[in-house]
Amino acid sequence: MTAQLTFEDVTLGYDRHPAVHHLSGAVDAGALLAVVGPNGAGKSTLFRGVVGLLKPLAGRIVTPGLGPRTIAYLPQIADIDRSFPISVIDFVSTGLWRATGIFGGIGAAARKAIAQAIAVVGLTGFENRGIGTLSGGQMQRLLFARVLLQDARVIVLDEPFNAMDAKTQADLLALVAHWHAEGRTVLAALHDMEMVRAHFPQTLLLAREAVAWGATSEVLTAENLLAARRMCEAFDDTAGTCAPEHRPSRAA
Amino acid sequence: MISQIFLTPFSEFEFMRRALAAVIALALGGGPIGVFLMLRRMSLVGDAMAHAILPGAAVGFLLSGLNLFAMTTGGLVAGFAVALLAGLVSRSTGVKEDASLATFYLASLALGVTIVSVKGTNIDLLHVLFGNILAMDDPTLLLVAVNATITLLVLAVIYRPLVIESVDPLFLRTVSRAGAPAHLVFLALIVINLVSGFQALGTLLAVGLMILPAGIARFWSRDITPMICIAVASAIASGYIGLVLSFQTRIPSGPAIILVAAGLYLGSVLFGRIGGVVPQLFPRRHLEA
Repeated sequence: MTAQLTFEDVTLGYDRHPAVHHLSGAVDAGALLAVVGPNGAGKSTLFRGVVGLLKPLAGRIVTPGLGPRTIAYLPQIADIDRSFPISVIDFVSTGLWRATGIFGGIGAAARKAIAQAIAVVGLTGFENRGIGTLSGGQMQRLLFARVLLQDARVIVLDEPFNAMDAKTQADLLALVAHWHAEGRTVLAALHDMEMVRAHFPQTLLLAREAVAWGATSEVLTAENLLAARRMCEAFDDTAGTCAPEHRPSRAA
Repeated sequence: MISQIFLTPFSEFEFMRRALAAVIALALGGGPIGVFLMLRRMSLVGDAMAHAILPGAAVGFLLSGLNLFAMTTGGLVAGFAVALLAGLVSRSTGVKEDASLATFYLASLALGVTIVSVKGTNIDLLHVLFGNILAMDDPTLLLVAVNATITLLVLAVIYRPLVIESVDPLFLRTVSRAGAPAHLVFLALIVINLVSGFQALGTLLAVGLMILPAGIARFWSRDITPMICIAVASAIASGYIGLVLSFQTRIPSGPAIILVAAGLYLGSVLFGRIGGVVPQLFPRRHLEA
């Protein structure tokens, strides 16, 4: 299998403080990877690095065969201004940006694709509602519809299943499984270990550094989870500069 | 009787017809800009910008009189200088951006008033501060119209990135680099509309014909497209009724227009379909689903 995404000793962070520290590894094309870890472990930061929102402080993220800004990203709901007066159909249609660009029109075929994406996530009938009137679960369905329209080879989902009922979760999980079956590479930040064990073959356990990365059953052991919790120490304002020799050594 | 109040001023006096044309042009450009200012939580930034561009517009005014092109260029330079300096200071020192913007726009306003009062006459100062929509000559009217046309055309081009950047900025950054340029172009559009507004309403009230109609619109619609239409319509209505009011009474035209807009705003706060006070006091029965 070829690598779709390679992390080469990547450090990501804010104001020189690393939130993801010296991460190395590769995600195979077509992988379905769960990224788990305590709050503050760097999951969202890692994803922001992957989709190009954040430049690595050191190292690089290589995405062979992918143009810039072609990875579909599902942000956390908190990052969206839900008071903005935009309708469901207009919001979803922004997923067609790669086809329409700044000024391109939305033709009959595009309209059909938009209606289909809205139908797949079960929001048919809500097209003209403002996004401010949607519930949390419906909002998440909306974001999935936009990702669906983006039709990307790599999909990054930041905590896509937070605070939702069993039905919504099952529907959206089925969509993720469908993407996996289509051969797309999917990364998802998750907190529900049962869900990860049941549906995600690969797991990266993150606590600023990679605690473990591989087959889910081997990664999610009690020892690893405990180690991850311990390693998530606080943001240290007085931390010294990270010297090159502190790097975890890896066999070449 | 009614036609005498509402139509005669415009059929009899050319300066009233020019004023009406100017106010319609201002409404067409300023309405949509105001809606975006409000939705991007920049209402007060618009006000600060109006003051910040004064020295630039004043220098343009003194060099070539009431030449809108010179005033617009000066205003653009001053507006961007203040915006960039404020951003630079807040980024390099940790002072919050609103605090540094407030400092710079006040300094800029003081500088502008100084330039006008040292170099110009008291009449010039009054003209710049309060405008005079009843003294629209041909070139001025033409340039107000040109600015409105440019605004609508440019806004059509940057509309999509501007909307997406307002609602979901992270998403826009993952698909396109258009966000930051769209924001800068939007700032430039604010400035050219403010300079147009200077002629009619003056520095102090220029932003009024943008912000108040936008505030009115949000009480009547939940979707951005009707919101923009309502904002433009209420700006035109305020301008028309304001001109009539100013003609029939001794109220100066600029304040009359803004006072009418404020009246419409108050009516919307009370009776607006969305979140108005009265509809909330007497809610209709809830629906089945």
